[in-house]
Amino acid sequence: MSLNIIVLAKQVPDTRNVGKDAMKEDGTINRAALPAIFNPEDLNALEQAIRLKEANPGSKITILTMGLPRASEVIREAIFRGADSGIVLTDRTLGGADTLATSYSLAQAVKKFGNYDIILGGRQAIDGDTAQVGPQIAEKLGIPQVTYAEEILDLSNGTVTVKRRLENGVETVKAPLPCVVTVTGTADECRPRNAKRVMRFKRAVSPSEKAKLSEAEQAIVDARPDLQLQEWSAAYVDADPEQIGLPGSPTKVKAIENVVFTAKENLRLEGNDDQALEDLIKELIANHTIG
Amino acid sequence: MANFYTDNPDLRLHLSHPLMKKIVELKERNFSDAKEFDYAPIDFNDAMDNYDRVLEIVGDMCANTVAPNAESVDHDGPVCEGGRVTYAEGTQKNLDACRKAGLMGMSMPRRFGGLNFPITPYIMAADIVSRADTGFENLWGLQDCAETIYEFADEDQRARYIPRVCAGETMSMDLTEPDAGSDLQSVMLKATQKEDGTWVLNGVKRFITNGDADIHLVLARSEDGTKDGRGLSMFIYDKRNGGVNVRRIENKMGIKGSPTCELTYKNAKAELVGSRRMGLIKYVMALMNGARLGIAAQSVGVSEIAYREALQYAKERQQFGKAIIEFPAVYEMLSVMKAKLDASRCLLYETARYVDLYKVYEDIEKERKLTPEEKAELKLYRKYADACTPLAKGLTSEYCNQNAYDCIQIHGGSGFMKDYACERVYRDARITSIYEGTTQLQVVAAIRHVTTGTYRALMDLYAQMEVSAELAPIAAELKAMVEVYQKAVDHVLEVNDPAYTDFMARRLVEMAGNIVMSYLLITDASRYNSESMAKSAKVYFNMAQAEVTKHADFINRISVADIAAYQQ
Repeated sequence: MSLNIIVLAKQVPDTRNVGKDAMKEDGTINRAALPAIFNPEDLNALEQAIRLKEANPGSKITILTMGLPRASEVIREAIFRGADSGIVLTDRTLGGADTLATSYSLAQAVKKFGNYDIILGGRQAIDGDTAQVGPQIAEKLGIPQVTYAEEILDLSNGTVTVKRRLENGVETVKAPLPCVVTVTGTADECRPRNAKRVMRFKRAVSPSEKAKLSEAEQAIVDARPDLQLQEWSAAYVDADPEQIGLPGSPTKVKAIENVVFTAKENLRLEGNDDQALEDLIKELIANHTIG
Repeated sequence: MANFYTDNPDLRLHLSHPLMKKIVELKERNFSDAKEFDYAPIDFNDAMDNYDRVLEIVGDMCANTVAPNAESVDHDGPVCEGGRVTYAEGTQKNLDACRKAGLMGMSMPRRFGGLNFPITPYIMAADIVSRADTGFENLWGLQDCAETIYEFADEDQRARYIPRVCAGETMSMDLTEPDAGSDLQSVMLKATQKEDGTWVLNGVKRFITNGDADIHLVLARSEDGTKDGRGLSMFIYDKRNGGVNVRRIENKMGIKGSPTCELTYKNAKAELVGSRRMGLIKYVMALMNGARLGIAAQSVGVSEIAYREALQYAKERQQFGKAIIEFPAVYEMLSVMKAKLDASRCLLYETARYVDLYKVYEDIEKERKLTPEEKAELKLYRKYADACTPLAKGLTSEYCNQNAYDCIQIHGGSGFMKDYACERVYRDARITSIYEGTTQLQVVAAIRHVTTGTYRALMDLYAQMEVSAELAPIAAELKAMVEVYQKAVDHVLEVNDPAYTDFMARRLVEMAGNIVMSYLLITDASRYNSESMAKSAKVYFNMAQAEVTKHADFINRISVADIAAYQQ
């Protein structure tokens, strides 16, 4: 059975390798200082999607990402690894969205996309760490959701079987299609880029990127539909202006505090006998380090 | 994210060498594949961009998959059970990543599923893979064997086997036997032609790297009653047909992830490659030349990791109140390691380019008649490749051993423990100067280019190249060094005693290597405007000068009569 797979992906600042200049004075992220990367757990989701595609010949993987026009970079990255095409949902009016507005906007894009069998995405993005967008999209689309997925064990007869990684073990669940599955970072890593795919699709561009190319380069893109990424606006996905961007975001940031961990005091316990050990344990319990 | 290609700017510099334009244009036949294959380049810049992007994949995979697996692969190793080999878990993951990344059959034509890369970027990938895990380079690098199938097998065999290699099936070259190591003329594995014309193989092979491969190239005696190389032919054995079993795998000192197998052939069905009797004298020689270039790349990768590990430790390790890198005894060692590494890499890519050029002309010759100019170039580049390959294999493998030794030395007592990567590097390095022909055999192949003047011709060629003002004094001194070398060569030629020439051969070849690498370093450093290469050029030249003087002095003082004292 061939599947229509949507993978939700986000371009995020690489918060894993944070240097001194990672934050601006006002406490917000200094995006200029951090490289923009493919959200790591979205790559885990992509690997699950590619496996579904391998197991179901004829399947298509479409990447859906919301962000600045340059978010088409994550679509290319996904295509290099095995995805087929992608859509950047990009619009000035979408800026400043919290998870509610984001999930609304993406859900609108999914509705516009139409025929799909399964939506995969990372559990959460490393910039916000909310893990809310995937589940909210499922709610807005009125379809089931499976979170904390570690592996898709089976997909057949309109049902997907998923292994979930929970705090104290694993759980295997079934869900009817279509559904949303969010994948955790404990799932298998995404495969590397494929050499031939990189050479074949390196010219894949969105319309705004294409506009910057030379005529000769544009002609190459025009001749090959598989190089044409899509850009959708808020209006194109019939989004209600009140529910998107800042107006659609009830989350308001009151203040941001820069927390620096420092050891304020130290205590030295002398001795090498049981008494010293007991004193140490008592001290640790007293200041709630243990117990 | 860590990347072993992009974190090493010298690689991009070497890839940008001006000869690449000619290589790529010939290799791509003026970019005619672009009409048929949507991943073929449309022009030179497009092709170079492709190499760069694919090497970035190699660098990513090596830094984030292969290198992190290296320690466990070294520890676990492969196992042999029931005649079959199972790789260590890390090795399987590495191979899986390589297949998914499409990094097999890199130099094979597109019509067989390959990437049609020239040798130079392919060798660069080998350099990178070896830095990540030297033993894994063996498994990955055996895709080289497809080159031999492409060159010498018929179109039907190419179409049946090469796509399988490109899809990720592994290969082996089954040459060595218990009584045929360096002397392959004594190979005894028996090939018998049955009445229906098909062949079967019977006998034993030993020390076969990746001996449980999917596709084997086998050297076997097809001519009954013969005893020398002229009775040997080359065969393809396909594991799907069965008949070859792994009796045991060796317990080795290094490259432990790569299974070294003893094989038994029992009526194993095989296909003849090319013509009978040409197995050793033509096909294996070609196979070996490719493999030797591969070992040179592997050696450069070892030198790279050895230098990096040593540098990092020397910066971190504090003694007597400061980092040990601040002590002259330590920084000298490090700079010499770096100089040997950079010199090795210059020679590696110079050789790769020569190999690329003559091979591409040979390939074009299969399609059309070459012009007289092209034919002359083919001959010239083949000669340079023939001269540079044993030089590169011999010297880069010796240097990587020296660098691995010094890497441990810089780690001190900690380097002797299993806690640091350097002890694995030291063990892995050791085989490079032995297999695919020992250094002593590389000298045998190289000495004729000393006596017939190929190296001298290269030196004269390099002497005409542009050098920066900073390095001009070295260029001037190198001219004097060439004279010292020539005097030593002339002296040995005048003595005209084969035993004496053999006795002095390694010294002469090393002198040639020292001078050639000095030239390459100053010209490459100038061309690429690279400060680090210029620094290495100075350090290397100082060492080379001392070495050349030492050897010249020895050759001058020691006569034929003195050899007796050495005979055992």
